[in-house]
Amino acid sequence: MMKFLHFKNPIVKVLLYLLLIAGAVVMIFPLYTGVLTSFLGPETISSYPPKLFPVEFRWQNYIDASRQAPLLRFILNSFIQSGGVMIMQLITASLAAFAFAFLPFKGKNIAFLVFLSTMMIPWESTIIPNYLFIQKIGWTDTYQGLISPFMATAFGTFLLRQFFMSIPKDLYDAAKMDGCSNVRFLTSILLPLARPALGTLAVYSFLQTYNQYLWPLLITNSTNMRTVQIGITMLQVFEREQWQIVMAGVVTIMIPTLFLFFAANRQLIRGLTAGAIKG
Amino acid sequence: MEGQKTAHYKHGTPFQKELKNWLAALPFLLPSIIVFTVFIFIPLIRSIVLSMYGTNPIGQMTSFVGLKYYQRLFTSDQFINSLTVTLKFVLYTVPGVILLGLILSTLGNIRLKGISVFRILFSLTIAISGATAALLFMFLYHPILGIFNYLLSLIGVSAIPWLIDPKWALIAVAIPRIWLGTGFATVLLLAGMQGIPEEYYEAAKIDGAGFWQGWRLITVPLLTPSLFFLLVVTTLNAFQTFTEVNVLTNGGPINSTEVMVQSIYRSFYFNGQYGYASAQALVLFVIIMALTIIQFGVLEKKVNYE
Repeated sequence: MMKFLHFKNPIVKVLLYLLLIAGAVVMIFPLYTGVLTSFLGPETISSYPPKLFPVEFRWQNYIDASRQAPLLRFILNSFIQSGGVMIMQLITASLAAFAFAFLPFKGKNIAFLVFLSTMMIPWESTIIPNYLFIQKIGWTDTYQGLISPFMATAFGTFLLRQFFMSIPKDLYDAAKMDGCSNVRFLTSILLPLARPALGTLAVYSFLQTYNQYLWPLLITNSTNMRTVQIGITMLQVFEREQWQIVMAGVVTIMIPTLFLFFAANRQLIRGLTAGAIKG
Repeated sequence: MEGQKTAHYKHGTPFQKELKNWLAALPFLLPSIIVFTVFIFIPLIRSIVLSMYGTNPIGQMTSFVGLKYYQRLFTSDQFINSLTVTLKFVLYTVPGVILLGLILSTLGNIRLKGISVFRILFSLTIAISGATAALLFMFLYHPILGIFNYLLSLIGVSAIPWLIDPKWALIAVAIPRIWLGTGFATVLLLAGMQGIPEEYYEAAKIDGAGFWQGWRLITVPLLTPSLFFLLVVTTLNAFQTFTEVNVLTNGGPINSTEVMVQSIYRSFYFNGQYGYASAQALVLFVIIMALTIIQFGVLEKKVNYE
């Protein structure tokens, strides 16, 4: 059978592969040079011309980077923040999504609009009062300050509601007939079924939080409380011309996200494209 | 009487039934509603109030100034500059992201051996943060050690003062954003393309259409909803840009990269002008709101292909 997206002509195939390789080179190049640079010695890096291919493998840069800045502490902070946000979002979103998908109550549409409206309000337009509030209650330089503003998510609620709505209502009615409470239905029947959707939300919210910049920049002052994104830019400021060390730091903090990218690619992509599907 | 009353109660008046339903749903909604109220709705209102007050250095409101800050905004060179810079940034990044995303997703949608490896490589940037992207490019832009200028010298182009020259700085800030956005665009468009049934192409092939015609007449029209979504999301994100600017140039040189959020940040975090910064933040809010409403309007009306 002839298929439209298949090509038989070998010359066309070679050309397509060349185009694909060119695309891949463009997309990988900054990452490639970053990794390459992270292994260069101080002399190699300052000699002209800049290196395009690996000539040296100096692991020492990684040790130096973690000596110059508490990289592991930054990673720990980011893991606590991202993990905290992720867990809280999973809880609040599954509770709300359950109510939207299964419970009949008046004003559901209005409540839904209220959730929807939070996605239209840019975070930057509320950041000053939030910053002042966190400062006032003494939560600067704390994990609760890093986590609390992001404990609920309209996007996650929609994502889970969408999934919950694909589960037959009969299941809920039958469980209710058997005297199953709402909470028990949610925790022991619905959530185990919703594992794929929960996984999508978990990966998505972890990554988003791990890559946050503005909020941790505002509310962390001490080196010990800095998250990776802030810590790494500080490393750059202090190590101005020690690019091999900066790059070793950059690569180090990227490892968790790249791991997530490869290990949970499907969930990540589902999360990112979920907004595009109308419903 | 008594029995009647009980029976009545058992079935409940419509109002009682509503109330019962409501009380059953409330505990499930409350956690989210509390967070939204404390960290979104109240701050939004406080932003509006704050934008009409003078403040002391720790952000407490001292004197009512009415719309003074708004008046100042539209006569202030700094604000007009940040608005222009932001618009330029949108124009630099959005078309680039969409075009590159369209090219890479089209390539990634062709059935060839090993295509999944290319798809992975094309989408790698979805995992990368703005701050790390900025640092990777900062090194590439380096006047002496940088690879970009070296590569340019190989083809006989003289060195570009990427982050130093006000004429180039915004472009230099836009490039990492395009790089990051392209990964997301490719993922999104590829998902859209994979949703197009292959029979549509088969039908076109029988009609004698080539790949290019099929792409133009089937792929792109059926991709309109994804493309439109991408356009809106990329534009909204571009309006809210901060990280790349903050890391690469901090708004300089000579304010040539001072986008709106950078300007808000500088106004309140460094200059302690909380009211003035809030007024700027609300202008940004209005812009985002307008774009979102347009998005919903168009989504409802125009982009229906079925």
